[in-house]
Amino acid sequence: MINIPWTGRLAFRALRVNKMRSALTMLGIIIGVGAVITMLAVGTGASRQIAAQVQSMGSNLLIILPGSTTSGGLRMGAGTQPTLTMADADAILRESPAVADVAPVLSGSAQVVYGNQNWSTVITGTTPSMINVRDWQIASGRSFTPDDVKNALKVCILGQTVIDNLFGDADPVGKTVNIMNVPFTVIGALAPKGQSTMGQDQDDTIYVPVTTAQKKLFGTPFPGMVRIILVKAKSADELNNAQSDITGILRQRHHIGPKQDDDFTVRNLTQMMQMAEQSTKIMTLLLGAIASVSLLVGGIGIMNIMLVSVTERTREIGIRMAIGAKTWDIRLQFIIEALILSMLGGIAGIILGVGGSKVLSAIAGWPVAVSPLSIFLAVGFSAAVGIFFGFYPAYKASLLNPIDALRYE
Amino acid sequence: MPLIEISNVSKVYKIGDIEVNALSGVSIDIGRGEFASVMGPSGSGKSTFMNIIGCLDKPTSGTYMLEGTDVGGLGRDELAAIRNSKLGFVFQGFNLLPRTSALENVELPLIYGGVQAKERSERAMAALKKVGLGGRERHHPNQLSGGQQQRVAIARALVNEAPIILADEPTGNLDTKTSVEIMELFTRLNAESGITIILVTHEPDIAAFSKRVLRFLDGQLKADEANA
Ligand SMILES: Nc1ncnc2c1ncn2[C@@H]1O[C@H](COP(=O)(O)OP(=O)(O)O)[C@@H](O)[C@H]1O
Ligand SMILES: [Mg+2]
Repeated sequence: MINIPWTGRLAFRALRVNKMRSALTMLGIIIGVGAVITMLAVGTGASRQIAAQVQSMGSNLLIILPGSTTSGGLRMGAGTQPTLTMADADAILRESPAVADVAPVLSGSAQVVYGNQNWSTVITGTTPSMINVRDWQIASGRSFTPDDVKNALKVCILGQTVIDNLFGDADPVGKTVNIMNVPFTVIGALAPKGQSTMGQDQDDTIYVPVTTAQKKLFGTPFPGMVRIILVKAKSADELNNAQSDITGILRQRHHIGPKQDDDFTVRNLTQMMQMAEQSTKIMTLLLGAIASVSLLVGGIGIMNIMLVSVTERTREIGIRMAIGAKTWDIRLQFIIEALILSMLGGIAGIILGVGGSKVLSAIAGWPVAVSPLSIFLAVGFSAAVGIFFGFYPAYKASLLNPIDALRYE
Repeated sequence: MPLIEISNVSKVYKIGDIEVNALSGVSIDIGRGEFASVMGPSGSGKSTFMNIIGCLDKPTSGTYMLEGTDVGGLGRDELAAIRNSKLGFVFQGFNLLPRTSALENVELPLIYGGVQAKERSERAMAALKKVGLGGRERHHPNQLSGGQQQRVAIARALVNEAPIILADEPTGNLDTKTSVEIMELFTRLNAESGITIILVTHEPDIAAFSKRVLRFLDGQLKADEANA
């Protein structure tokens, strides 16, 4: 019959005798567990952010920007020359079997006035497909109709931030707002979407039919010009097909010769996000490797100190054996001591890890999220390390011959 | 049935090729309630004899029956249980746990014997009182004199109500006055509680407290005398 609480007190007392030594022994575990916690916090934070971005960007999305990345050997940067048109968008939808929907976009910033409130925001001219392409939800009212676009009607859909600033809690649907002194009827409100990849407020925007943006608000250097075209592929597997279809269609439509560079750029957002996710995974693995090496080193440190402790306390072990301590009484005494060392190290490591992730998120701006699971994991790991590396010294202690131990000087 | 029956016990230590006969062919019975002293020159096998009786060591040959049980056939944990319940040890160097209060030192056998906390401290307090250390239970060994430390050790040997106390040179580190006090304590425990006491000593003055003297020489039991 083994008395665990008493053994625990005994272990604490033994560890207090050598405070400095105990603290140094814990260091490996502290660093290891700290790294585990930080690693999981960064990993969880990053994948949550990526998931949120995928959600807000819409899935299976391609973005076509005007201008090429290289032009005549010179890097031009995408988006520099206006080359895309409404007709391009229609052609892509019509001709590529891999494409589910397209949304041409012409946007600009403008002042919006409602009553005596005014707000400066981004006006996005687009088609009804936009909602579909980006997987957005209409919170109240309705979306655009093809007729709105065909007739360049002065109707708009508001993002939540715009509603908050112009209407407060009032329902905007059916009201009239002035955009660049042109009156628009509010037909719908978008469900809030939060921040985008770049940290912009995606709710701070107003949607109008693309034709209205072209004719009534911003004007275009040539008819039907749009700034970008968003394309939704039918599935993730179709993204590559969609991308090569688009390249073929646009090169043909823009009369680009075989030796000439594209005058547009197609970006695959899912790919970009997968790459981001991949690099997060690699970093998580790296930190994980550091953490496990550190835990291993910490464990070996504990074993080393416990072996020293068993030798130092040989006589004590002899006394205990003479008085009636059995094999497992002695083993448990040292295992619990190692366990307490590693658990205290683990707890300090958790504190370090949580603090470390807070600092990381503050300094590097990484999104971090300490999950309860990672805390359980850290506690479990440090307990396992303590028991595993404490066993051998404890086993050695329990095999001592009582008279030899008693005689030990 | 005698409490301790030792028949033809020998102990041989091998150091490389050299064999040391620490005990050779010792046979002796010791009954319940006896108070025996073991005498002999250094290296005559006294401690080896005590360790075998104390189930800390096993004879190379011969048998040792304790309360009718052949101890030779028992395993480590069974021997530990016997030491816990039937034997109390008092050593020359006290062998108390450092940084541990007198009370906790005395409680130790009860902890390994599975006694619950409340009963444990009551019994330990009673044992300390019995050896004249009531009120010193919070003191640590380094705050006690040699004689007091040896009293704590005796209380620890008493607390489990073991029928036998084995004391290997218990007064070896104490001055004459304190030695006499300790021997008076042993005498009282033997007389009042009927505890069997076997103690090793070099000094005839100390052996004079006992009722029986066993004399060892070169690992052999040379004489077994009753004390007047
Ligand atoms: N662990 C041991 N290894 C080798 N020889 C030992 C050991 N213990 C005792 N001896 C030898 O056995 C003999 C008896 O020793 P011991 O019983 O300690 O004598 P005493 O207690 O009478 O002085 C001595 O010669 C001693 O050197
Ligand atoms: Mg001796």
